[in-house]
Amino acid sequence: MAEAKTADATASETLLRVEDLRTWFHTFSGTVKAVDGVSFSVKRGEIMGLVGESGGGKSVVGFSILGLIDPPGKIESGVIEFNGENLKDAGDARLRDIRGRDIAMVFQDPMTSLNPLHTVGEQMDEMLRLHTDMDASQRHARCVEVLEDVGISRAADRLKAYPHQFSGGMRQRVVIAIAMLAQPKLVIADEPTTALDVTIQAQILKLMRRQIRDNGASMILVTHDLAVVSEMADHITVLYCGKVVERGPTDDVIRRPSHPYTRGLIDSIPNPAHRTARLKQIPGAVPDIRKLPKGCNFQDRCPRVGAVCRESEPPLVATGARAHACHFPLKEGETQ
Amino acid sequence: MTAMLQVENLHQEFRIGGSLLDRMKFTDGRLRFPDTRVKAVNGVSLTVNRGEVVALVGESGCGKSTVAKTIARIYRPSRGAIRIEGEDISSYGVREMLPVRSKMQMIFQDPFASLNPRQKVRDIVAEPLLEQTQGRAARKDVAQKTLDLLARVGLNTEHAGRYPHQFSGGQRQRIGIARALSVNPGLIIADEPVSALDVSIQAQILNLMMDLRDEFGLAYLFISHDLSVVHHIADRIGVMYLGFLVETGPREKLFSAPRHPYTRALLSAAPSIEKTRPREEIELTGEVPSALDLPSGCCFRTRCPLAFERCKVERPTLKDMGDGQQVACHLTDEPERDIS
Repeated sequence: MAEAKTADATASETLLRVEDLRTWFHTFSGTVKAVDGVSFSVKRGEIMGLVGESGGGKSVVGFSILGLIDPPGKIESGVIEFNGENLKDAGDARLRDIRGRDIAMVFQDPMTSLNPLHTVGEQMDEMLRLHTDMDASQRHARCVEVLEDVGISRAADRLKAYPHQFSGGMRQRVVIAIAMLAQPKLVIADEPTTALDVTIQAQILKLMRRQIRDNGASMILVTHDLAVVSEMADHITVLYCGKVVERGPTDDVIRRPSHPYTRGLIDSIPNPAHRTARLKQIPGAVPDIRKLPKGCNFQDRCPRVGAVCRESEPPLVATGARAHACHFPLKEGETQ
Repeated sequence: MTAMLQVENLHQEFRIGGSLLDRMKFTDGRLRFPDTRVKAVNGVSLTVNRGEVVALVGESGCGKSTVAKTIARIYRPSRGAIRIEGEDISSYGVREMLPVRSKMQMIFQDPFASLNPRQKVRDIVAEPLLEQTQGRAARKDVAQKTLDLLARVGLNTEHAGRYPHQFSGGQRQRIGIARALSVNPGLIIADEPVSALDVSIQAQILNLMMDLRDEFGLAYLFISHDLSVVHHIADRIGVMYLGFLVETGPREKLFSAPRHPYTRALLSAAPSIEKTRPREEIELTGEVPSALDLPSGCCFRTRCPLAFERCKVERPTLKDMGDGQQVACHLTDEPERDIS
C-alpha cells in the first residue's frame, strides 16, 4: 500500500522498458518475425495502449514480457527491463515469482481463463498462497474485499461458486479481481473487453481504470480497438507487422497521426460525428509475415509510397514525446 | 408498392431441455414433464423497402440474429407473418422456399464457418444459381457469371479455382457476398457481416456492400452490435432488448434524439475516438435477465435507472412519436419522470 501512495511522486519514473525486442517463431514454412525490434516504455501509474490489427504482434509482446513464449517461438534479442531487472535473462523460478505478484495478466476470453473445476474462491486463494505470507483467514478476507471491489455483491457466498455460474461480464470481473489480488505493479490486459457487450464493456473499462489508479499500478492495454484505447490510455504504441510504426501521447496521436497506417486505421472507423458516404479504406490486406517486402512493410497499402519505401526500411524517429517510422510522415493538417 | 420485406408480430420460442425422457421429473410425488421455453423474439414488426438498409442493433442474446434467421426461414416462426414482396412465407416448407430464396439471400458473420472447406470458390459461388435453375442453366453461362461476380466483389479469375482456406477473412467475406448475389436477390440479410474482421478490412467490406446496394438496388436487413457501423450503413434502425423491439427510427433521429433509456444507455456506453461528443451518461448496472424467465411489465425495467411502479405491471408497446420514430416506454406518457 505504501507503494500506491508514492506512485504519484515517482510518476516520471519508468516501470518497464522494452528495447529492440525480437520474438521469432521458427516454423517449417519459414521464420515468423512476430515481434521484430519493438521498443517502448511504461511509466509508473500509466496506461499504455498497444494497438494494431491481427498479426501485428501485439499479443506476442505481452507474452514475451511475461516469458510465456513456447517453442517454436523464441525471444531472439532485446531488453525487457522491469523495475530495474532484466526479465529476458531471468530464470524460470524468478519469472514464476514475478508473474501474478508483480505483473498480472488479464486475457481476452473470460470463459477459458478460469479453471472450470475449481471454485472462484480456490482460484483467488491460490494467488495469495503463492505470492504472500498471509494466513488462511487473512487470505479469505482479502479475497472478499477484492471481489467486492470489482462490483460483485455477496462476495463471501460467491467465492464458493464455480466459473460457469457467472455470466461473461461477471467472469471478467473475477479475472480482474484475481489480477489485482497481489497488488501488481503492472497489469497486462490482452483484449480484456473484446468478448463483451458494449454496456458491459463500459462497466469493465471503468472498473479497470479505477483499479489501476487506486492501486498505483501501470497497465499495458493490448487491443485492436482504437476507440477503447483513446478512452483509456495515456500513451499509445501502434504496431504493424511486428514493428512499431508510431508512438506518442494518445490524444496527440489520434488528433494528428504521423504514420499513414495510423491515419488509415482512424479513418476506417465509421465516425458518427462525421458521416461520409464512403469510408476511407486502407487498400489490400496485411502481408504474409513470412514474406515481408524489402523496405517498409506498409508500402503496398500506402497512399504516400515512394521509391525509397521499396528500398530501405524507415527507422523509428523520435521527436519529443512522439515517434514514427515513415519516410514520408504526415504533417499537421495533411489527411492522406 | 409492396415492401421488399414486411414482418408482423414475429414470435420465436425455442423449447429446451431435450426429449421427453430428459425432461422427466418427479415433483410432489408425481411424474411431470416441465416445458421450458426460451422466448427469443417477442412480437417484432418491421418493414424493409426496396433499396433500403434497415439495421437491428442490440447486445448478445437480444434476439437480433434469431430475427434474421427466422426471416431467412432457417427457423420456423412460432407466430407472426413474414412477407417477401407481399407473399407470406412464414409457414412454407423447404420446397416452397426455393423460389423465395432467389429474392432473399443471407451473409453470415463467421467467414470461416460459412464456406464449405471442401468446395472450390467457383463451386461455392455457383451453387445457389445451379440450385435455382435446377441444373438447367448452361454451364458456360454459369461459369461466366461466377467469374463476373468474383470480379465485382474484388477477387480475380485465378481465385475461382482455390479453396476457402487459401483466403484471408476479408476475402472470404467477399466470396460469401458473391454467393449471395449470384441469384440476383432484392434483399440481403446480413448477420454481423463485419464483426469478425479487422477495422481496415471492415471498411473495405462496408464500402463494397454500399456500392452493391447502389448498383443492384439491394435492400439490406443488417444485424450488428456495433453502433458506429450501424450509423454508417443504415437508413433506419431498430433497437432490440431481450427479444423486444424497444425503439425504431430513422438513423439521424435515433442517434441525435434517442428516446428509450436503453438506446440512450447504449449510445453513451459506446467508446469513441471523438472526445468532443456531448455525452448523456445513462449508466447501466447489472446484466440482461434470462429469456427463460422474462420480467413482468417492461423487459428493461430490471436495469433501467428510471423505472417506476407502472413499468412493473404494464408492458409498454411501441408508440408513434412522429418523424417515423417509435418508442416502447412509459416515460413517453410521463415525461416529467425523465432525468433531463
